[in-house]
This record gives sequence, structure tokens and C-alpha cells, in this order.
Amino acid sequence: MPGQIQESALTRIPRPRESAFALGLRRILRAPSSRVALAILATIVLIGLLAPFISPYDPAAQPDVVALKSLAPSLAHPFGTDPYSRDVLSRVIYGARLSLAIGLLSTLVSLTLGVAYGAIAGYAGGVADAFMMRVLDAFLAIPRLLLLLGILVAWPQLSIGALILFLGLTGWFGLSRIVRGQVLALKHAEFVTAAQALGASRRRILVRHLLPNLISPIVVAATVGVAHVIVLEAGLSYLGIGVPQPLASWGNIIQDGADQVAALWWMSLFPGLFMVLTVMTLNILGEALRDAHDRR
Amino acid sequence: MLPYFARRLAQAAVIVAFVAAISFALIHLAPGDPFSAVMDNPNVSESVRQTLRAQYGLDKPLPEQFARYVGSLARGDLGWSFSHDRPVLDVLATALPNTLLLMGVALVGSFSLGILVALIQVARRGSATDHALSGVTLLLFSMPEFWFAILALLAFTYWLPIFPVGGAVDAVMHDYMGLGARIGDRLRHLTLPALTLTVLAAGGVARYQRAALLEVLPADYIRTARLKGLTEREILRRHALRNALLPTISLIGLSFPALLTGAFFIEKIFAWPGMGLAVVSAISSRDYPLVVGGVIIGSIMVTLGSLIADVLYAWADPRIRAH
Amino acid sequence: MTPPPPLLSIRDLRTYFYTEAGVARAADGVSFDIGAGETVGIVGESGCGKSVTALSILRLIQPPGRIEPGSRIEFEGRDIVTLGDEEIRDIRGNRISMIFQEPMSALNPVFTVGDQVAEVARVHAGMSKRDAWDRAVEMLALTGIPDAQERAKQYPHQLSGGMRQRVLIAMALMMKPALVIADEPTTALDVTIQAQILELLVDLQKKIGTSILMITHDLGVIAETTSRVIVMYAGEIVEQAAVDELFARPHHPYTEGLMHSMPHIGHDQERLNVIPGTVPAPTEWPKGCRFRERCPYSWDLCEREHPPLYQVGAGHVSRCHLAIEPERRNSPHAPLVVEEGVAAA
Repeated sequence: MPGQIQESALTRIPRPRESAFALGLRRILRAPSSRVALAILATIVLIGLLAPFISPYDPAAQPDVVALKSLAPSLAHPFGTDPYSRDVLSRVIYGARLSLAIGLLSTLVSLTLGVAYGAIAGYAGGVADAFMMRVLDAFLAIPRLLLLLGILVAWPQLSIGALILFLGLTGWFGLSRIVRGQVLALKHAEFVTAAQALGASRRRILVRHLLPNLISPIVVAATVGVAHVIVLEAGLSYLGIGVPQPLASWGNIIQDGADQVAALWWMSLFPGLFMVLTVMTLNILGEALRDAHDRR
Repeated sequence: MLPYFARRLAQAAVIVAFVAAISFALIHLAPGDPFSAVMDNPNVSESVRQTLRAQYGLDKPLPEQFARYVGSLARGDLGWSFSHDRPVLDVLATALPNTLLLMGVALVGSFSLGILVALIQVARRGSATDHALSGVTLLLFSMPEFWFAILALLAFTYWLPIFPVGGAVDAVMHDYMGLGARIGDRLRHLTLPALTLTVLAAGGVARYQRAALLEVLPADYIRTARLKGLTEREILRRHALRNALLPTISLIGLSFPALLTGAFFIEKIFAWPGMGLAVVSAISSRDYPLVVGGVIIGSIMVTLGSLIADVLYAWADPRIRAH
Repeated sequence: MTPPPPLLSIRDLRTYFYTEAGVARAADGVSFDIGAGETVGIVGESGCGKSVTALSILRLIQPPGRIEPGSRIEFEGRDIVTLGDEEIRDIRGNRISMIFQEPMSALNPVFTVGDQVAEVARVHAGMSKRDAWDRAVEMLALTGIPDAQERAKQYPHQLSGGMRQRVLIAMALMMKPALVIADEPTTALDVTIQAQILELLVDLQKKIGTSILMITHDLGVIAETTSRVIVMYAGEIVEQAAVDELFARPHHPYTEGLMHSMPHIGHDQERLNVIPGTVPAPTEWPKGCRFRERCPYSWDLCEREHPPLYQVGAGHVSRCHLAIEPERRNSPHAPLVVEEGVAAA
């Protein structure tokens, strides 16, 4: 019928409105669990940001390797000291700074790669798309840790930058799938043809229609992604191939106390607690974001 | 069903081929020579160097190296582990069954436990129990595996010395024990690592299954079941679960990467002699071929697992099976 | 001779839903009887409360809805509203069954059709799997499914819509219930299949002797299958009469509107007759007569006083003040609510 817009296109891809996203955000923050999670996460982020100001000691300082080494928690050292007499609390605070930074930056790399790869594959279509997806399947078949092990063992002296890069290079697979799906659906949507018929440029279509629909899955992927990387980096540091010594990351601190896990229990407990707290709050927020998007 | 199975098998083969390519790329993209540790080591015998040169064609052009590499992989030759002074395949083949045992127990255990918890949560949705369990599963899901394992180790071998500290068997006494005692010894050593991995994985399963159940409950056929006079319990267990289990079967395939990763850390911490421990030790000794070998075997395992799960799903869903 | 007591007797049923938007009084004081072996129809638009009434009979209302205290649903000497859980489960599928609109989704996709029908007998008659299965196949054959033995082993997705509905009918009749509630049983089916299913229902009813409560928005279905009709609007009964009487002499303006909006083959019509306006929101039923704003005859009394059910004929009641001022029917006016751009019929 002339003039009638196809129902299917409209229902499959809702016309994006900036306000809908802001509305969703507000709805998320209404739930008490999300608010608490956000508050805790913000606190930890703040701790990381203000590390140089709030850290009681220099995290690398080894004041007295004989008298002050491996002390249990006390008033002077609330989280105890490590075998090199460094203050664990300070190292945990700086660890927050480092681990969060690594998480954020590598996730940024992943997001960029994921969106780019998925968009290209979806847009190209046909054989190119099929090939790109097969390559993706192959990467997905290798567990991320294994892939990182394979890479990191070959590079013995790794800088933080390189670590971030490799973490980012291994974390974009899932998102690219989602992006590709959206691009494919958009390619066949009727209103894109209509917009093109009206003279809209490709770029305008991309910006006005594709991007808003991608914001939600990207934000969710980012939140969950940072959580994964934090755990992964800690694991790698624990194995000795993550953040190089003597820098302080949560995983490193645990590794320092790994030889005497029982005697130096505070070296495992406190960084771990911070990790769990950070990851839990990220998961809660990620889930809330996902629910808000689905309910749309 | 058979054509579906054949298709998936072919897909898996292609994936494994790609994995080989990626491993090859890993070996050769690394700065410096990953084999320098071997090649320059005066203690390594000439025959080993010959083997390496022959297998990897270290002096030949890249494409030829790749061809040789794929050829040797196809023959099952994964290279030489110089930290163990044995073929890589040998080392991993000995260690793999232990990892499979650990993962197998954890797979069955975590899914059973997870599904049970989800059922309890849904049967009492909205109650304090439901909320408490949600918190617990979230905690487990967010926990770094190695940290949880450390805590478990501390708690149950040190503070409450119930279980042995590590290993698969008692290093000293095992060979002198009778059959029953030996089985008991093995079980005692298996329990803590398996339990740790199980509980960790169960968190994710419970959350997934709970969501699947809640999605199924408003369905029309659930209303029909209610109309027939079934109790809420029967409805949940017989009608809802059967449908909500289908996505969980997919989850089995998706769990393999996480289970394998978790197993790696748990094996290190509990000194469980599986593939994970072998690879992790290889890291410190820079035994590169062993690490890459582990990557390949691990990827194959994951791919096979995903394949089996897909086939299982196709069998379980009558809508697919009938075609 | 006193007439036999009704099989089902509903008195002042009120089912309210407590939502964020307010309290939706979906069923607001519904009262009627169903006799043994009778087929009673409830007709009305969506949102009038007919489905809610049906669900209330089997206590299938879930939060945030509930059946208000003071409602009474008497069945076989017991009040369904106050029964315990075990007793109500004893009635469901056994003494009272129900079939729905969407045969597509009403069957569990992972069990065979035969299993699902047999389940009724296993639950209520404690039959063994074997016996229940045999009985199920019998029932399926009775509902006109060809090759019932083989069909029973199939899954729902392998059957057509009409056949699935037959399966659901078989399921409903397994225990030879005293009452079958059919909620829009043919709406989702092809027109040709519709006729078959209705015929089947009428046929089975005669064979087994159940009463049927037929809920529909389709007057054609009412005409074909029922002996008595209830018209519902805005959560209330607005008219009730024997089917012939209702079609011959509709009293309530809403019923009139419904009758006139049915297009007839052979009549030339330029536009469909519609009842202008829409059903008010169940959270805010208007004061006085709820149909007032869409009614062509309303006057000030209709706003002041909520009309009771007046007796307007033998076995014929109507909730309309025209019963006491019938001459107003001669001076219709434009309804108070008129859609923009659409002139009142």
C-alpha cells in the first residue's frame, strides 16, 4: 500500500532516539543494587585516581628489608608488608590505579577493533564476510588465556603498553559478532533505502542510525570486558607473565606472596578482595545495562 | 541429523586448521628466536637440534616452514619439549587425562549444582532465599579462579587440614597401598581441586539457568499445564525445565574455554599433574614448543566440546531432530 | 417442579489487578449461572473482562491480580474462591477444563502430543502410562484426528493449527468434565477450519453432555453454538438473553452496535459500521453508565446513576435506563465521543 511503512523494519530496528538511552540510564540507576554498585565502583576508581595523594607510603620503597619484611597487618601497615618490606596497602592502592587503567585501555582497544571488524564484515557481505567470520570462529576456538600465554611467552620482557595491546587484541571477538549482526540487519532495513532515496549520504545513515543502536551493546561489552581483563591480568601477573615487577598490580601482589601463601595470607586476601569487589560491581552494572536495553 | 553432524565436523576441522596457522604465526612473530634457548644451549644434544631444524625447517623460507609445520601436526608431532626432554605430545598426552578428569568432574558437578540452585531460586522467586542465592552466584561468577583456589587451599588444607595439600596421589605412600586405599587416596586428592572448580563454574550455570527458567514460565504451554491440574512443582520440573534445559545444553559447549582456563590455575595451585600444570611450568622454563603444543591441544579440546554440545542440542530439541 | 440447581453459579465476581497505573477492575460484579448441558456464550470486545472472568473460574489469576473477597463461584456445591490449592487442582482438567485461542503455543514443544493428552489421565485418574496413552489415542480419534495412533507420537510442530486445536480439545475432554470453557477457540484458525472446530465442539458436547462456556467476540460463533448469551462491557454484564431473543430483540445500545457492525454478505456497504470511541481504561471506569459516552441515546440520568440489570423480557435482562424510558430510543443523537474525521454511523 502506498505510503505505508513496513512494520517489520520498524520493529526490528527501533528508531533511535537519544532520549531513550538517557531514559534507560536513569531507569538503571533507580534500582538500589545498581546505585550501591556504582558507588562502590566510583570509590575504587577514585582510589586509583588519587593514589599518589592517598597512598601512605611509596609502593616501591623498601625501607628495611630486614626488620620490616613480611609483617602481619598492624596499625602502621593496615595490610601488612611484603617480603621486600614494601607496604601492601600502598601497593594495593597503586594496584587499583594500574589494574583499572590496564582494564580500561585494553578494553578501548578491543572495542575499536571489534566495532571496526564487525562493521566491515557486515557492510562487505558475501564472501568477504563469510571469510572474516570463519577467521573469527578460529580465534574464538582458542581460549583467551591460552592465546595470551602463547603470545606472552614469546615476548619475555613485556612493557605495560605491549601488555595492554595484547590484552586488547584478544578481546574483541564477541563484540564484532554483535556489531556485524546490527550492520547486516541495518543493510536490509527498508527505511535505509528510503533515506537513501531521499538523498541521505552513506555517512549520515551510518551516524544517525547505526551508531545509536550500537551504543547499548558497546557499553555492555565494555563494562563486562573491563571486568574480564582485570581478572585476566591478575591471573597473568600471578603466573609471572603479566605486569612486570616491581610494578604493583593486584595480581602481582598475590604472586609475591605465593610462595608462602599461608604465612603471608594478607598478601592474597586484600588484593583479592578489591578485585572481587571491582568485578562484582562491574558485573552488576553490566547486567543492569543489558536488562535496560532488552526491555526497550 | 547425520548431515548436521558431518557439517559441524567439517567446520571443526577448518577451525583446527586455522588454529594451526595461528600457532605458526605465534612461533614466528615472536622477537628473537624462540628456539635460541635450545639451539644455543651446549647441553642440548645435536640430534635434538637436528630434529628441530628438520621439523620446523628453521633455515628454510616461511611458506615451506608452514607446510612442514602443518605436516608434522597432522602426523601428531608437536615438537620437542626441552624442559622435559621428551616429545611435546608425550608430555601432554600423559598430563591430559588428569585435566580431562578434573574438567569432567567439574562439568557434571557444576551443571548439576547450578541447575539445582536455579530450580530452588525459581521455585521460591522473590523470597529471601532467592536473593541470597543470587548474591552468592554473582560472587562466584565474579571471583578470579586462582584467588578462590588459593582461599580454598588455605581453608581446607592449612587452617582445617582435611585434604592433602596437592598432587594427584600421595607422593610417598601411594605405591605401597592396596587397591582400595589407592582409590581412596586418589579421591582424596581429587576432591578439593574438583570441588573448587565445580563451585566456581556452578555460579555461572545457576545464573544462566535461572534466567532461562524465568523466560519459559510465562509461556502458554505452562498455562496449559496448570489447567491440567499439575502442582507448581511438577510444572517447574517437568514442563518448564525440559524447555529451559535446551539453552543450557548450548552453555555446556560455551563453558569449555572457561573450564579449561580455570583448570589451568587450579592445577598450578593444587599441583594437580594435568596439562595446565605442564603448560604453566613451561612458562617459567621458557619451553616454547610445550606452550604452543598446549595451546593447540587446548583449542582442539574446546572445539570438540563445542561440537559435541551442538550435536547434543540438535538431538534434544525435537523441532530440530525431526528434520 | 423446581428447576435443577445450576452447575456453576457466579455471584458478584470482582477480579482486580493492582498495577502501577492504578487498580484495574477487570471484572466488576459479574453474576450468572450455567446449567448442566447448557452452552452459554459471553461476547464482548477485548478488554471487557470476559477472559478474566473465565480465568477466575479456574482460579488462574496471578499477581498483581486477585479475586476480591466477597466474590462467590459455586460449583458442584463448593465455593471455588475459597478452596484450597489441592482441591482446585483436583477440579482443573478434571471437572472443569479450558481451551485457549493459540493452539500454536499452548502445547509444550518438547513432548509428544500423545504424552501431553495422556498426562491428564495420569494426574487425575492415576492411570498407568500405557492405559493413559490408550485413552489419549481414543480421545484424539474422537476429535476427528485421522490416524490417531501415529499422530499421537508426533510433536506439536508437526501438526497443523486445526489439528493442534483438536488435540487441546481432546485434552480438555479426557476426564469428561462437567464444564468446558472455550476462550476464543477458533479466532486464530483459518475460516474453513473454524467451522469444523465449532461443529466438533457442539458434537462432542452432545456426546459427552458437558456444559460449554463459549467466550468470543464473534457473533457468528455465538449464533451457531450457544443457547444463551451474555454480553459484557467494561467489566460488567450489560445484557443477557436466550440466543434467538438476543438476535431478534437486542436491547442494550452496545449489543445493538455489535449487531449492526457485522458486515453481511450481499449487503452493499460503503463503510463499516463502527461503534465510535473506544473502551474506557479499566483503571477508571466512568461514573454512571459506562457506555454513556459512546451511546446514541444517553441522557442526564445515564451520567447520574449506574444502571442496574433491568428485566426487559422473558429471561432477558439489560443494563440500560432505556428500560424505564424506552421512548428515548426514538431520538438518537451524536455520541459524546466522536473520532476525528469519522462521522458517527
